[in-house]
Amino acid sequence: MQSFTVHTGLVAPLERENVDTDQIIPKQFLKRTERTGYGECLFFDWRFDAAGRPNPAFPLNALQYTGASILLTGKNFGCGSSREHAVWALRDYGFRAVIAPSFADIFSSNCVKNGLLTVALKPEEINTLMARASADRLNLKVDLEKCEVSTADGFTAKFTVEPFRRMCLLEGMDEIGMTLKHDAEISAYERRQRV
Amino acid sequence: MPARTLFEKIWDNHTVCAGPEGSTILYIDLHLVHEVTSPQAFEGLRIAERKVRRTDRTFATLDHNIPTIGNRMVIDDPLARGQVEALRHNCREFGVPLFDLEAPEQGIVHVIGPELGLTQPGATIVCGDSHTSTHGAFGALAFGIGTSEVEHVLATQCLVLKKAKTMLVNFTGQLSPGVTSKDVILALIAQIGTDGATGHVIEYSGEAIRALSMEARMTICNMSIEAGARAGMIAADQITFNYLRGRRYAPKAWGEAEAHWKTLHSDPGAKFDTTIEIDATRIAPFVTWGTNPGMAAPVTGVVPDPDRAANESERNGIRRALEYMDLRPGMRLEEIPVDRVFIGSCTNARLEDLRAAAQVIKGYKISKGIQAMVVPGSQQVKRAAEQEGLHTIFRDAGFEWREAGCSMCLGMNADRLQPGERCASTSNRNFEGRQGAGGRTHLMSPAMAAAAAVSGHFVDIRKWQYKT
Ligand code: SF4
Repeated sequence: MQSFTVHTGLVAPLERENVDTDQIIPKQFLKRTERTGYGECLFFDWRFDAAGRPNPAFPLNALQYTGASILLTGKNFGCGSSREHAVWALRDYGFRAVIAPSFADIFSSNCVKNGLLTVALKPEEINTLMARASADRLNLKVDLEKCEVSTADGFTAKFTVEPFRRMCLLEGMDEIGMTLKHDAEISAYERRQRV
Repeated sequence: MPARTLFEKIWDNHTVCAGPEGSTILYIDLHLVHEVTSPQAFEGLRIAERKVRRTDRTFATLDHNIPTIGNRMVIDDPLARGQVEALRHNCREFGVPLFDLEAPEQGIVHVIGPELGLTQPGATIVCGDSHTSTHGAFGALAFGIGTSEVEHVLATQCLVLKKAKTMLVNFTGQLSPGVTSKDVILALIAQIGTDGATGHVIEYSGEAIRALSMEARMTICNMSIEAGARAGMIAADQITFNYLRGRRYAPKAWGEAEAHWKTLHSDPGAKFDTTIEIDATRIAPFVTWGTNPGMAAPVTGVVPDPDRAANESERNGIRRALEYMDLRPGMRLEEIPVDRVFIGSCTNARLEDLRAAAQVIKGYKISKGIQAMVVPGSQQVKRAAEQEGLHTIFRDAGFEWREAGCSMCLGMNADRLQPGERCASTSNRNFEGRQGAGGRTHLMSPAMAAAAAVSGHFVDIRKWQYKT
């Protein structure tokens, strides 16, 4: 798994709440058996019109957000389906972090497994950043070691990440390998519980 | 021992050991697998040269991608076919039992688990699918996981987790006639929002819940995820035991199992992080008007006015939803006309659901121009319904009678809405494009969807003239 320590990048604002994983990656792209190549399908129905042309009103299609690697959005991002394809699509498109007031549970757990950092900030902080990112190109530094988001001109905001998730991300840990180190305990549990 | 909640009891019973940084390594009793979220997990095992730890606790079925009509062994879509074949191949290679398309047990993963008696009180159950919360109706801890976690469970039969918070939702009083468990859960989500239970495991309790059948309880737990909950659960009782007894995978040492299950309830005085009380007597039949399951109202109500929203972001959300749904503020919900009706999905395609819908349409024809279909949740449901003659009632009324699968709940197969089509659906998600790009979904109970097929618009089922 890819680790996450510090990342600096351009912010793309997506000013919507409750963005569900059906929007992040629609069902027609879930039929593949690989983990890669989903970036082109990210936000497909919002990004493209029925004829497949880029929708000029969608932020990711704007020139000023080309190359964005940090997505800034509304509360409850990633709700709905458990499809990890949503995270694969965000990563494949080039996002390293998503910043929002809150995230859905399965989505944030999927993010950790793929080195995508979810940063929950206060609604006021989100509003400040949203206004700035909508007006102009905004670069942010996301520092997981310090648990801090900052700009070059002095904006800073602290965030918290559950300790186990933070460790997994910082170390890019192979979680299965880690659990398998407890093989003896798992076997003992199976004997004890007769399972 | 201090008073514990049902969730805490199951958690304690399944703790293998502490993991790093305050996490817990939790044992998983049952792992259900389907074709869409598993190929990359099996591939991961293959690359790392790992095996499936418990092939006796892992069961696979085909449901999301498959045709519900015609010769199901022939799948035209090459990508869907590839995924189906990948699951067959993976199950063979790793020794996982598969309920394939021609198997009498095949069906939607969350319908067949309970039917086969695999779903049991007190168990930990996972599947790479968010609606795994369905199984919580049996007093199990059941939740959806992503593909990386599917791989983790295949390899270790465990997950590394942080304990969730707990929420008690207590319903006082009884439901009124015509009001179903679908209305109960839609009413709850409308009240607390689609993120109202994020980070929590919900336990449902109270008189109204106790009176429900297992099938109705599954509908409620199924949609817990639409309130953002990690899982939903209902303590097992005599209704649960009666449902399970004699099913294929139900415990053979029944007396011992039942005695243990009887201890699995929240102790008096157990502390929940959040508690909500709802007066069940006041719940009306609900329909959704927007693009998430929280955008719902009593069928007697009207489409909301964005200008009366509590704040700017809510106003924008409603505006966007009404634009997508092509609805005007103030419109009466009963006036909204429909083009399609879908009775199916893991929320509402069990025998009881089909019976309720059939009772409504008996003696009626569906309205002109409407296309309506019934997709049973499993082959077993389909056979049982046919034995009762329900398929004849549906066909006589003008419904299509299909084979079991997820079908138009998510439209991964050919069953899809066309852009602009409006559908009365018994499924669980009304997200933009969920049932087909540009399609407009309204969620409701099976009886309400059936009545909409006949009337051509939404109706208050409490006023329905049954012909029996
Ligand atoms: S019926 Fe719908 S919600 Fe249920 S498992 Fe299938 S796709 Fe998911």
